[in-house]
Amino acid sequence: MDFATFLIQLLNSVQYGLLLFMLAAGLTLIFGIMGVVNLAHGSFYMLGAYLGYSLSAAFDNLAWALGVGTLLAVAFGFALEWLLFRHFYHRDHLDQVLLTFGLIYIFEELRSIVWGDEVHGVAIPALLDGSLPLTDTLSYPIYRLFMSGICLVIAAGLYLLISKTRLGMKIRAGAFNRDMAESLGVNIKLIHATVFALGVGLAAVAGMVAAPVSSVYPNMGASVLIMCFVVVVIGGIGSVRGALIAALLVGLVDTFGKVLLPSMASMLVYMLMAAVLLWKPEGLFKQ
Amino acid sequence: MSAPKAHTEMLPRSVQFALALGLAALLLFPVAGSDFYVQMVTRMMIMAIFAMSLDLLQGVTGLVSLGHAAYFGVAGYALAFVTPADAPVSLWWSLPLAVAGSGLVALVIGFFVVRTHGIYFIMVTMAFAQMVFYLFFDNKALGGSDGIYINFRPDASIFGWLPFDLEGRKTFYYVTLVLVVAVYALLRRLLWSPLGRALAGIRINEHRMRAMGFGTRGYKLTAFTVAGALAGLAGYLWGAQTGYVNPELMGFHMSAHAIMMVILGGMGNFAGAIVGAFVFEYLLHVFKDMTKHWQLLMGGFIVLVVVVAPRGLLGLFGQSRAPVGPTTMPPPQERPHG
Repeated sequence: MDFATFLIQLLNSVQYGLLLFMLAAGLTLIFGIMGVVNLAHGSFYMLGAYLGYSLSAAFDNLAWALGVGTLLAVAFGFALEWLLFRHFYHRDHLDQVLLTFGLIYIFEELRSIVWGDEVHGVAIPALLDGSLPLTDTLSYPIYRLFMSGICLVIAAGLYLLISKTRLGMKIRAGAFNRDMAESLGVNIKLIHATVFALGVGLAAVAGMVAAPVSSVYPNMGASVLIMCFVVVVIGGIGSVRGALIAALLVGLVDTFGKVLLPSMASMLVYMLMAAVLLWKPEGLFKQ
Repeated sequence: MSAPKAHTEMLPRSVQFALALGLAALLLFPVAGSDFYVQMVTRMMIMAIFAMSLDLLQGVTGLVSLGHAAYFGVAGYALAFVTPADAPVSLWWSLPLAVAGSGLVALVIGFFVVRTHGIYFIMVTMAFAQMVFYLFFDNKALGGSDGIYINFRPDASIFGWLPFDLEGRKTFYYVTLVLVVAVYALLRRLLWSPLGRALAGIRINEHRMRAMGFGTRGYKLTAFTVAGALAGLAGYLWGAQTGYVNPELMGFHMSAHAIMMVILGGMGNFAGAIVGAFVFEYLLHVFKDMTKHWQLLMGGFIVLVVVVAPRGLLGLFGQSRAPVGPTTMPPPQERPHG
C-alpha cells in the first residue's frame, strides 16, 4: 500500500468513524442519562436518510434540506418521547427492548408505505461534487470531506453543549443524580425530552449526510444499529468521549480490514470488541 | 439492570389444567388438521423449544440474550453440512453432533459474555451473534447469503430397523411433540434443582449469591451453554423440517422474536415460553394473511403488549394469587446513578 492509498483509506476510516460517532453519541446519551435501551435508534438514521432523499429533491438546496430535515427529526423526537418513551424510563430494560423492537416494525412499514421498497440514490449537491487530487492518479471526493467536516462540527458542538453550557450542566446533573437535580429545580422532564430529541436529531443528521454516499434502502437501520452497539460497548456505555474514540477505532479497523483482510473484514470489528471486553468488561471509558 | 419481573415459577392450577388441555389438543391435532396446519403447528412447537431454551437465561437467570438465534442457526447448519447431497444422514449421530456443536459455540461465546452485566449483556450477545451471522453470510464455503438445501430429513433407522420415518409429516410432528414435552420436563426439573435455584438466586441478587460463596460466573456459563445446546435442538429440527438453512436463522430478528415469545407468554416458568411461541407464530401467520402491511400490525401488537400486559399472558392468570415461597419478588432495585 503506497502512501496515497494509505491516506485515502485513513480519510475514509475517519469519515466512517465520525459518522458512527454521531449515531453512537445519541444512543449512549439516551442510555446514560435516561437509562433507556433504544433498539429503534437505527430507524432514526433510516428516517434521516429518507428525509434527506425527499427534502433534497424538494428544495434542491443542501442547506435548506439539512436544516428542515433536522428540525423535522427533532420535532419527531419530542413527539415520540412525549407519546411513548417517557412512560418507560422506570420500566425494566426488557420492556424497553420490546417497545423499541415493536417500533422498528412500525417504522419499517411506514417507510415502506411512504417511500416504497426500492433503493433510491441521492445526488451529491453540485457544489460538493468533484474530487480533490492527492497525487497524479489518486483523488479524494469532496463530499466525503464535507461529511467529515459536518460530523466534526457537530461533535465539537456536542462537547461544548454538554461541558460548557448551562443546559449541559443540567443534563450532567440529571444523569448524575436525578432526584437531587430535580429538587434543586432542574426540570428533569424537559431535560429528558431534550436529550431524546437531540439523540434522534443526531441520528437523522447522520442519515441525511450519509444518504448520497450509501444511498437509501429498506432495513438500512439494522446494520448501523449493530455497529452503534459495538461502538457503545467498546467505549463504555454513557460515555460520549468513549463513543468518539471507539467510533474512530471501529472506523479504522473496519476500513483497513476491508483492504488488508477482505475475507474477514466484517468479523474484525467484533473481534476487536471481544478483545476489549476481555481486557475491560465495561468498556474503555466506563462512566 | 433491575431484576426482570413477573415470575410464576409455581404454576397456578388453572395454568396446569390449561397446559394439560393443550397437550391433549396437540396429541389429537394431526387427526383433524390438514397437512398445511400440521406443518405449521410443528413449526410452532420447534419455536416453543427455542423459546424455552432462551427462558432459562432470560426468565430464570435474568440474562437477556439478544443473540440466541446464533445457536439455533449453528445446529441447523451442522445438519446441512453433514447431510450428503444424495442420501439422508443418521439421526442418531447427527442430532447429538448438532446439539453439542451449538453448546460448544455457546460455551466459547459465553466465556466472553458472562463477564458482562445488564445492558452490556444484551448488546454483547447481539454483537457476537452478528459475528456468527457474518461468518456464514460472507463465506461462500459456508453457503453464503443464499444458504444451503438439506435434501433429506435425517434417517432414524438403527442397523436397518426403522422405528419411525421422519419424512412423514405426522411422524415428524409427533417426534417434535415428544421433544417439546421432554425439554419442558427437563427444564422444570432443572428449575427446582440446586443449579436452578442458584440461577434464580443470581437473577434476584448476584452480589448476594457471590457473597454466599457461589461462583456465579460458572453458573451463568453453565446456563448459557445449556440454553445454547437446547436452542441447537430446535435449530436442528427447523433445518430438518424446512430442508433449508440460511443466515437469516441466526439473524437479529430471529433472536428478537425469541425474546418476544418469552415475554409475551410470561417468563421464568417455561410454560409461558410455549404459550408465547404459539401465540406469536400464530399472530405472524394471521397478520401476514390479512395484509401486506403486517409489520404495522405486529409492531402495534408488540407495543400494546408492553404497555398493557407487562407480566405476559400467563401473568394474567397468576395475578389473583399471592406469590409463594421462592417466587417472592425482590424489592425494586434502584437504578444506579451516574
